[in-house]
Amino acid sequence: MHDLKQHLIKSFHANVRADGRKLDEFRKIEFELDISKTAEGSARVKIGDTEVLAGVKMLVSTPFPDTPEDGAIMINAEFLPMASAEFESGPPGIEAIELARVVDRGLRESKAIDVKKLCIKKGEKCWAVSVDIMTMNDDGNLLDAAALATILAVKNTRFPTYDGNEVNYKQLTDDRLQIEKIPVMVTVSKIGDYLFVDPVVEEEQNIDARLTVTLTDDGSICALQKGGDMPLTLDEIGKMIDLAEQKAAELRKLID
Amino acid sequence: MGYSQRFDGRKFDEIRPIEAKAGVIKNADGSAFFRIGKTTAYAAVYGPRDLYPKFMQDPSKGILRCNYSMMPFSGQGDRVRPGQNRRAREISMVTEKALLPVVDLVDFPNAVVDVFIELPQTDAGSRCAGICAASIALADAGIPMRDLVAAVSVGKVHDKVLVDLDYNEEAYEDGPVADVPIAIIPSTEEISLLQMDGEISKEELLEAIALGKKVINQIIEVQRKALKDKYIVKD
Repeated sequence: MHDLKQHLIKSFHANVRADGRKLDEFRKIEFELDISKTAEGSARVKIGDTEVLAGVKMLVSTPFPDTPEDGAIMINAEFLPMASAEFESGPPGIEAIELARVVDRGLRESKAIDVKKLCIKKGEKCWAVSVDIMTMNDDGNLLDAAALATILAVKNTRFPTYDGNEVNYKQLTDDRLQIEKIPVMVTVSKIGDYLFVDPVVEEEQNIDARLTVTLTDDGSICALQKGGDMPLTLDEIGKMIDLAEQKAAELRKLID
Repeated sequence: MGYSQRFDGRKFDEIRPIEAKAGVIKNADGSAFFRIGKTTAYAAVYGPRDLYPKFMQDPSKGILRCNYSMMPFSGQGDRVRPGQNRRAREISMVTEKALLPVVDLVDFPNAVVDVFIELPQTDAGSRCAGICAASIALADAGIPMRDLVAAVSVGKVHDKVLVDLDYNEEAYEDGPVADVPIAIIPSTEEISLLQMDGEISKEELLEAIALGKKVINQIIEVQRKALKDKYIVKD
């Protein structure tokens, strides 16, 4: 077994982490809204030294043929090579794709955005909410940081002016993108027998498994993603969801 | 009629408000933030580090590799598709050439110094903002340099020669417009970036560049201050 991993297990046994946190403790979370004036909504989230930007563009698009009355939600993530010596230039790798899809599921399935309200003309025109997540610095837990930046950016979004023909992005209206529910994502990680949240990179590289849980306001689970190479027992899954619920309640207070 | 009053009320030789900060990206060996008006740029430097694939290595010196990229939500209009398009690739190349004269990589054979430039929001002048940020980031990374490089766009709107065009001025329709991004090495006053599109006479071009040389000192001062501020010991 890896030396660092053995060391982590030993210190977790004493409920101590390298930066002095307890196993169930997040790093300091900071956020800032409206970090890009060219986006219709945007946010910066810092969790410790991890930093993520999210920007929303509102596009007029054609509804999918099977959902002619629904608008669209699109989420894309870029692991910028700026953020880590480990990230390379080029199209999104599998980690970035997974992150975007997990954040997407949380947002979509929570029904945070009522896609019916994005309909402009049935079968012909609708609004598409396009979120781009950009990593600025990776010190672990990009997942939770990205989800938080996404919901903050979406919540901060205003519609651009649209005359039925052309979108004028230079003139935002006072019309906000209505957010019906707030999904909150928490990833619980596991090393050895220990469950913990908000890993730094060194911890993240040594996890056996992780479970990403997205919860809505009423406490119901709207998206899950198990990651890592090792399996989980039913008992562990229960404990991980309990921990996620407890942490989600704390994060929710930050958003409101 | 002519262009008598700038859209945002600036004087013709006045640049937009600028701001710079060094050391903004923790994982990078050097980094910087640079803002001019509503255009913001981040630059991060990684290296000198091993260069792969191996055939790209130069045994006589390290190479400088720049990567300019607009974030998808940073454009004035529609979403910009992420990834390197032709425009971004060309700007990456001219950015490299703008910085190369001041960067000394003879001590790093076979290595690469990567410069990643990202723009969260743009209002014209983005390649110049990127170069200003990159220059600070390279110095912050401790890369041997002869000087900093500062860049600004100069040019002409209708009948006026001016500095630092914003998006509205680039899109001016009632007369000719020329956009001339330049980069200057302050100690020698040499020009390491020169591009132009639009319509301008030779006399006006030289006048515009001279104007650029005048205002470049304000930018250099802000860049130097950003570097000093990072290393000042606060009690």
